[in-house]
Amino acid sequence: MSTSATTIFSPETAARFDRLVTLYPVKRSALIPMLLYAQDEIGYISDAVVVEIAQRIGISELDVRSVLSYYSMLRTKPVGKYNVQVCTNISCMLRDGYGIMEHCKKRLGIGHKEVTSDGLFSLEEVECIGACCWAPAVQINYDFYDDLTTEKMDQILDDYKAGRGKETV
Amino acid sequence: MADVTFTVDGKKLTAPAGTLLIDACKNAGIEIPAFCYYPNLSLQAACRMCVVRIEKMPKLQTACTTPVAEGMVVQSETDEIKQARKATIELLLGNHPLDCPVCDAGGECELQDMTFKYGAAESKYIEIKQHREEQQWSPVVYFDRPRCILCYRCVRVCGEGMDVWALGVENRGVSSVIAPNGQDHLNCEECGMCIDLCPVGALTSGTYRYKTRPWEMNHVATICTHCGDGCKTTLGVRSVNDGVEIIRGDNRDKSGINGDFLCNKGRYGFDFANRTDRLTKPLVRQADGKFAEVSWDKALDFAAKKLREIREAKGGQAIGVIGSNRTTNEENYLLQKFARTILGTNNIDHHRTADYVSFASALNGKSGRTAGLRDTTSAPAILLLGNNPTDQHPALAWNLRSNVRLNRSRLYVANHAEIKLRRQAKSFLQIPQDGYASLIQYLGGNDGAIAADDNTTAFRDAIRKEESLLIVFGSEYRGRDIQALVEFGLSLPNTKFAALGDYANSRGAADMGLLPDLLPGYVPVNDAAHFVDEYGATLPTTAGLDLLQMFDAARNGDLAALYVVGSNPVSRYGVDPSALKNTFLVVQDMFLTETAQLADVVFPAANLYEKAGTVTNTYGDIQLVKKAADKAGVRTDFELIVRLADRMGADPKKLVPFGRGSFADMGQTRGAQSGEADRHAVWLAANHLEPKLSPFDPFATLDEIQRLVPSYHVSRLELLTGSEQPEKFDLVQIQPAASRRDLVLPAEDTLFTSGTLGRYSGMLKDIVESHTTPNPAETAAD
Amino acid sequence: MPRLVFHPEEVKIISRRFGQGAADIDKYIALDGYKAVQTAIEKGVDWIIAEMKASGLRGRGGAGFPTGMKWSFVPKQSERPKYVLVNGDESEPGTCKDHVIFLHDPHAVIEGTMIAGLAIGSKMGFIYLRGEYRYLLKIMEKAVADAYAKGFLGKNIFGSGIDFDIVTQTGAGAYEVGEESALMESLEGKRGVPRIKPPFPAVVGLYGGPTVINNAETIASVPHILLMGGEAYAKVGSERNGGTRLFGISGHVVNPGVYELPMGYNLKKAIYEVGGGISNGRKLKAVVPGGSSTPVLTADEIDVGLDFDQMGKAGTMLGSGGIVVIDDQTCMVEFALRTIKFYQHESCGWCIPCREGTDWLKKTIGRVHAGGGVAKDLDNIRYLAENMLGRTFCPLGDAAAMPTIGFIKKFRHEFEDHLNGKPCPYAHAEEPALV
Ligand SMILES: Cc1cc2nc3c(=O)[nH]c(=O)nc-3n(C[C@H](O)[C@H](O)[C@H](O)COP(=O)(O)O)c2cc1C
Ligand code: SF4
Ligand code: FES
Repeated sequence: MSTSATTIFSPETAARFDRLVTLYPVKRSALIPMLLYAQDEIGYISDAVVVEIAQRIGISELDVRSVLSYYSMLRTKPVGKYNVQVCTNISCMLRDGYGIMEHCKKRLGIGHKEVTSDGLFSLEEVECIGACCWAPAVQINYDFYDDLTTEKMDQILDDYKAGRGKETV
Repeated sequence: MADVTFTVDGKKLTAPAGTLLIDACKNAGIEIPAFCYYPNLSLQAACRMCVVRIEKMPKLQTACTTPVAEGMVVQSETDEIKQARKATIELLLGNHPLDCPVCDAGGECELQDMTFKYGAAESKYIEIKQHREEQQWSPVVYFDRPRCILCYRCVRVCGEGMDVWALGVENRGVSSVIAPNGQDHLNCEECGMCIDLCPVGALTSGTYRYKTRPWEMNHVATICTHCGDGCKTTLGVRSVNDGVEIIRGDNRDKSGINGDFLCNKGRYGFDFANRTDRLTKPLVRQADGKFAEVSWDKALDFAAKKLREIREAKGGQAIGVIGSNRTTNEENYLLQKFARTILGTNNIDHHRTADYVSFASALNGKSGRTAGLRDTTSAPAILLLGNNPTDQHPALAWNLRSNVRLNRSRLYVANHAEIKLRRQAKSFLQIPQDGYASLIQYLGGNDGAIAADDNTTAFRDAIRKEESLLIVFGSEYRGRDIQALVEFGLSLPNTKFAALGDYANSRGAADMGLLPDLLPGYVPVNDAAHFVDEYGATLPTTAGLDLLQMFDAARNGDLAALYVVGSNPVSRYGVDPSALKNTFLVVQDMFLTETAQLADVVFPAANLYEKAGTVTNTYGDIQLVKKAADKAGVRTDFELIVRLADRMGADPKKLVPFGRGSFADMGQTRGAQSGEADRHAVWLAANHLEPKLSPFDPFATLDEIQRLVPSYHVSRLELLTGSEQPEKFDLVQIQPAASRRDLVLPAEDTLFTSGTLGRYSGMLKDIVESHTTPNPAETAAD
Repeated sequence: MPRLVFHPEEVKIISRRFGQGAADIDKYIALDGYKAVQTAIEKGVDWIIAEMKASGLRGRGGAGFPTGMKWSFVPKQSERPKYVLVNGDESEPGTCKDHVIFLHDPHAVIEGTMIAGLAIGSKMGFIYLRGEYRYLLKIMEKAVADAYAKGFLGKNIFGSGIDFDIVTQTGAGAYEVGEESALMESLEGKRGVPRIKPPFPAVVGLYGGPTVINNAETIASVPHILLMGGEAYAKVGSERNGGTRLFGISGHVVNPGVYELPMGYNLKKAIYEVGGGISNGRKLKAVVPGGSSTPVLTADEIDVGLDFDQMGKAGTMLGSGGIVVIDDQTCMVEFALRTIKFYQHESCGWCIPCREGTDWLKKTIGRVHAGGGVAKDLDNIRYLAENMLGRTFCPLGDAAAMPTIGFIKKFRHEFEDHLNGKPCPYAHAEEPALV
């Protein structure tokens, strides 16, 4: 499938997908990166994403769903513009990861896997994100914030709210 | 591969190197439990039930993934192993619903059996169990998620076995769940193999669920009444007020030619038998033109009297007989005997779905050239010409796929359509719809016969290099084309052939002489000496009218009577009802079909599941049909023919040679509840004795068939124990006819249709309706 | 951004270029970059393998398999292409060492991959990073692109006539994908379910070809080993445990961070000297010495050398080198619960003991922690964990069972206190559910 008018993705993403399927000895190896990049653009893995990616790779939609539902970063429902992922795994827990989580809940007024009514933030308790030595740590979308305190967390959320947050995709 | 020697539980065993330990043990009578392992499907090692202790290995090993090796020392059932298995079951049962009392699988559940065996009775689990509602995925497939133990058998059989890939796994960890390809429903071939292989009650059948308990049924393994493959289906039956009802069809003993396989028709397409609108009383048309229900005596007398009058007034040539593709060999044989000796006519035919006559004459007695269905699981190379087995011969399709997958058999497919089996084909050639004959010329060396390119040359070269080829051809080939095809095949070293026709006994119908010019065994009607001797009666010696000629004759007022047994030609051949208005029409059927509606007398008939006898599938495998069900009010076609003959004044003893020949016993009936009688029958057969006291005993007729039709001279003992017996087609000696009229009309059934019969299956109808494509041929009839 | 830490006890080999801008290819070259691979080309396969064997390098992914030996298992002749696979899935709680390698020295990973490729006769390598490491993936992608731009990758590398390509790949959130065969499945675009072994990856791996898979740190060590010589590297470490490794010290220490210490370094010293001791002036209660799957050590058990063999003798494992330090104000039941929750969440679900066992354990320990435990729960926890051990399809089940057994064995009194209705002395805010 070439970057045709039928794609639901932006020209850049479509072009990236065209390239991705050529990188590996088998097309299907592009599946997981494609799903991740599709999610970055669309916000979640919609049915339309499943359909198009299945076609691009030449596998069934069931295959795509079977894979996407395995990986915890891939989601089939929209989240907030800024997805706040608080690690509470052991190293973070020992350094008040739960406190950060609780604080975020209160600050944002939402619980685990919920979205603020303005759609700006969503909150998620996550497993270890590989920042144990700089705990407690949080990832907002793909950006790491570590050595956190509740005050620092407030500052970060304020920054995002004010549009000063990082926007790494 | 070379054998290796190893020790299990102190016993020295040998097996070919590479055999999986679990299979090697099983062959030696050592049962190793397994949920996820299933022979011939890919390995999973997921359930961990098959763990064994192998010397020098630090941990318990899975027998399902360990090939046996020279000198291997194995313990299969120590305390340590028992504990491991017990714990695994406990872990499974933790979150498993304990609804065994209402679960369909209760009583035939592998998890129950293992729990019993390993004594995992104490419930350690005190957490809240997860409940999920049961889901309906298709008219025939239901899924109860909490019962699923994630053995992945269903996923594998659907993908690897069926090449459908409609099932997958979604989510992970304890949330893992089997998921259908349509998100909340299945888009598939509805074969039900997933249900069959499910070791527990997670996948259940729409036709069976919550109907009964397994131990309340009798299980009768008989032959499916639908397509020409002749699969063994096990019918679960139960006594009801008006007989014995069929509750389910499945493939529990797996001893049939279909191995592990059964398609949706064999599995669910039995429900026509239980319909309340079945005919159960004879009908006779009254002066006002309406049917009236009358007694058997009246109906039989009336029909017999009329037939006799017509025979006497106008002679046998004014009477026609049309037989069936779904009645037994004995019935078909009896019907032609009845037609020829009592009605005195050769006007007899049936709906022909393949040109078995030309096939027989092309082979002309060559031995070892026909293939049974089982051969398709092992042939090293197969050429499939025409047909679409996925739709029309599901068991053949399964075998071809399995053979390619498991044995790397080379499959060559030539077809005018892109049939699904091309996916298994080593090479696929798409040809024009009218190109089948030319293809043979091309394969035989005539380069100009088709527009050849690299692909076609490669196809031909590959086939001609094969040293042992099995050619399976569809009804695209008839008459001279079959001759040419066989000639080409015989030019290669070890070719075998199989001709594909439709319906459970179309091959038997041809073999048994439901043909105007040929007697049973393809003996020309003018060469009937043998038959005359056996029958002690003269037979008409000129060829009779074929099926189309009979209707022409009726239209012209030259056919005074027509006797139709288990067939619906009016619908199938689009006969104008007015053509039959001056013909006395007698019909035997289960339902008031388009043909029966025009009849003067209608006899309610039993179907294949309600009688005993034999049938012959399209490959020539002769198989035993056992009586499973019963319906008050109906009679077998066999009985009806005998009674009609009797009332016409014929001697039933001459029609059915009962009481003649060997020895007699107390003559038990064969029925659903006749386990004893069946065992008794086997014993009798083993001692060359047969119960033959009844004029309605089809086995008396089988005796006669075996006397007169050399190709049916197969082991009676094996037949009675339920093994298929290949017809000895090489004993068929038939002169190639100069030219025969082509009367072949393929059934064109889809996976979900089965002629007229299929239209009376509510389940098949539901399936058809739930599948927007393919569109079934609404006119399918037979 | 992870902060870099330094300690005089460190022996800087693999972390030599950290903090020096080596992500820039020119800087990397200036710091002896891409020298090792050129030497390797010159000296040939046998030399590489010999050096690697001499180095005593054991895999840094957790199992500690000797790397030189692993490489030598790959058949010389193969019908299918061979591959090198770099495992940067780093998801074991307590572990963040590969993180700093990708961040500070991405070219070392590339160079190591090339050398592994030379050693086994492969033309293609994959560097697989966990999905959460997007910013590191970008750094790696840039490094790979720069290496191509310089002609270091691609056709005819360093004029050797050998071609070598590297492709980066991202996961999408799954711990189990760190298991080598599951990683191959993932890289092939499938669910991260491990494969049946044998065959082992060295014979049938990625795309069915012989494959060497190594942890990112293992791979990044390779150029350094070739530069300094296998024997010299081996000498730095302890017996049968060559060289150094990156230890992540996290939890209740004054100076958490990733430190490069020689193999065999004393754990107690690592905590009290390198890590600066227990934070907030508290006392040590326990240490999880090598990532969350390694059995816990009590404060009395930590006078032990940090290498695969000594840790094994101490009844635990070196694992991924993630030392998690737990002070005396920590509830071990809660710690056990958080650990098992992780494994329950990450179990791939393939096999029964792991799928059902982790879930059951999580529920039971959760109930005990919440005060709803009953007497038989404690034995049941142990029964379940012991019956998972060694019975699962892949080591994740063991990774869940081993620490659980450790907690209930060594801190049974804390579980009993919860049973006996004593309020948890270290009670936390109520924790949210992770689904
Ligand atoms: C459940 C599980 C998770 C694992 N996760 C990782 C991981 O994140 N990173 C890693 O390098 N190795 C991980 N491993 C170990 C790998 O399977 C493999 O042993 C390692 O990548 C080999 O590299 P090495 O020899 O360099 O250590 C994991 C193993 C298991 C069983
Ligand atoms: S998982 Fe197994 S039982 Fe199931 S079959 Fe195997 S390991 Fe064997
Ligand atoms: S435990 Fe929180 S980042 Fe590792």
